[in-house]
Amino acid sequence: MSINNYLYLSAILFTIGAVGVVVRRNAIVVFMCVELMLNAANLTLVTFSRINGTLDGQVVAFFTMVVAACEVVVGLAIIVTIYRSRRSASIDDASLLKR
Amino acid sequence: MINFVTPTLDYALLAPILIVLAGALVGVLVEAFAPRNSRAASQLFITLATLVLSLASLIRVRGKSSTAAAMDSVSFDGAGMLLQASILIIAIIAVFLLADQENFTALAAALPGSDEERTSLQQDLKVTEVYPLTLFAVAGMLLFPLATDLITLFVALEMLSLPLYLLAGLSRRRRLMSQEAALKYFLLGAFASAFFLMGVAYLYGYSASTTFAGIHAAVIGGAGNDIYLLLGIAFISVGLLFKVGAVPFHAWSPDVYQGAPTAVTAFMAAATKVAAFGAMLRIFYVSFAEALWQWRPALIAIALVTMVFGSLVAIAQRDVKRMLAYSSIAHAGFLLSGVIALNKSGLDASIFYLFAYGVATVGAFGVVTLVRDSAGEVTDLNRWSGLGKRSPWVATAFSGFLLAFAGIPLTSGFIGKFSIFSAAYESGSTAILITGVLSSAIAAFFYIRVIVLMFFKDPVEDGTSVVIPSIYTQITIIVSAVVTFALGIYPTPLINFIQSTASFLR
Repeated sequence: MSINNYLYLSAILFTIGAVGVVVRRNAIVVFMCVELMLNAANLTLVTFSRINGTLDGQVVAFFTMVVAACEVVVGLAIIVTIYRSRRSASIDDASLLKR
Repeated sequence: MINFVTPTLDYALLAPILIVLAGALVGVLVEAFAPRNSRAASQLFITLATLVLSLASLIRVRGKSSTAAAMDSVSFDGAGMLLQASILIIAIIAVFLLADQENFTALAAALPGSDEERTSLQQDLKVTEVYPLTLFAVAGMLLFPLATDLITLFVALEMLSLPLYLLAGLSRRRRLMSQEAALKYFLLGAFASAFFLMGVAYLYGYSASTTFAGIHAAVIGGAGNDIYLLLGIAFISVGLLFKVGAVPFHAWSPDVYQGAPTAVTAFMAAATKVAAFGAMLRIFYVSFAEALWQWRPALIAIALVTMVFGSLVAIAQRDVKRMLAYSSIAHAGFLLSGVIALNKSGLDASIFYLFAYGVATVGAFGVVTLVRDSAGEVTDLNRWSGLGKRSPWVATAFSGFLLAFAGIPLTSGFIGKFSIFSAAYESGSTAILITGVLSSAIAAFFYIRVIVLMFFKDPVEDGTSVVIPSIYTQITIIVSAVVTFALGIYPTPLINFIQSTASFLR
């Protein structure tokens, strides 16, 4: 099996994530789509690491996981706060700032 | 098997960043252990001391510039040090605005409108977490323009962004709007950093290296697959253009500028722009310079659209914070012409422009915090009319900052715009020059309209008034105003200094 298939797979995952961010309305689901995009990038990195024969890509993937974890902490804090004040996690309801 | 090499870190050169990080950690400990009523004063002291110490250590190592540290993942060159100094100075000025705790909610966890919130307000609680969060963001910003490795660049990007997402949600009044701003900033920011990371992955695939030097070598060698290079540049640019707020990645900025506490907006608008443009200048000048035909046409198009869009939409704004947000979008377009110029004068001009614009921005938002009624800040422009008659000093200061944004001579903005457009012209981008000057003219219209509104209209009688500025806010506004006019009247020393020091280590 060609190793390029992993690149195609990660591109597809990334696209699914990006489309999800644009079309989904629940803040948690949007956030999960962002995580999917980050993991697609991780898969790309690891695949390139294999193709190039250097370890740097795998190191980046580890850093990404840590950064993604930090992002979850901050993101969920914000989403939970807004859910408590509005009783809804829909990003369409949050529209006070549209002039 | 690869032999493990012990990494060497040059602590003296990393000191400015490490000091800020240490100060932030001390701030976290103070949050945990100090008694509640002594926190505000001690946090302010720690934050200011940290920033000043960091600036001092930066000045101490300036002679050692043009060396790489931390295994080539950061490089200390003239441009990097100037950008770091700008960020620190802007942060020091902006911290005085944070000290005015009227801006921040008493208890972030309390529901808006709940009993808990009322009790916390009565008890006069203070959210002193803003200081450590600000320091963490400053540390990320200091690292961002210095990073010469994609890993460091990505970590620094997140380090500066995450605290800012939280800070945006801490407003005292209109808390739902503030939380909404935090949510939008966070979701769109995370979306943009996912693109950024995908760009990192493709650039790594192209060059088999994560360092800027390695990418540069691969671009010159031309052995890699050009599709990966194109995808990499495109995706990384999405992440960076989002941070600077360029069209079409600007959607967050008006909402976040309006919803966030004004003190946070001041800091974020000024310092993030310096850091993000610093990183952008470095990666385009160092890594992608030889591949300019791949990215320059696209970036020129984005710069043109950004300038025109920002200036035109700002005219229609009725809210002063939104107006300043669209004006910052227009300025992002002007600053992009420094990246496009891709020559030494473009670099010098961008650094000067970033510093001048950052200081004026902090000052302008400092004035916005002063105009209030009983329910909090008044940002509706109609209610600003006649402000100059009641509070001539505050209105004069605000007019000064607006004139600097508009680029009127004798303010720092004029020197900045003049040098950045002439750099773009030098590099052959006549379209940028013409569009830039035209959209500056459009922008001048709405800046001057606000000045006319403040000085030549009758005051409205609806309780809008300018509060007596606290000593902290006074410091911010006076220092920003002095810098803005000093750089406009006598810019030669700073320009010469930038010209002699600014360069990127390749």
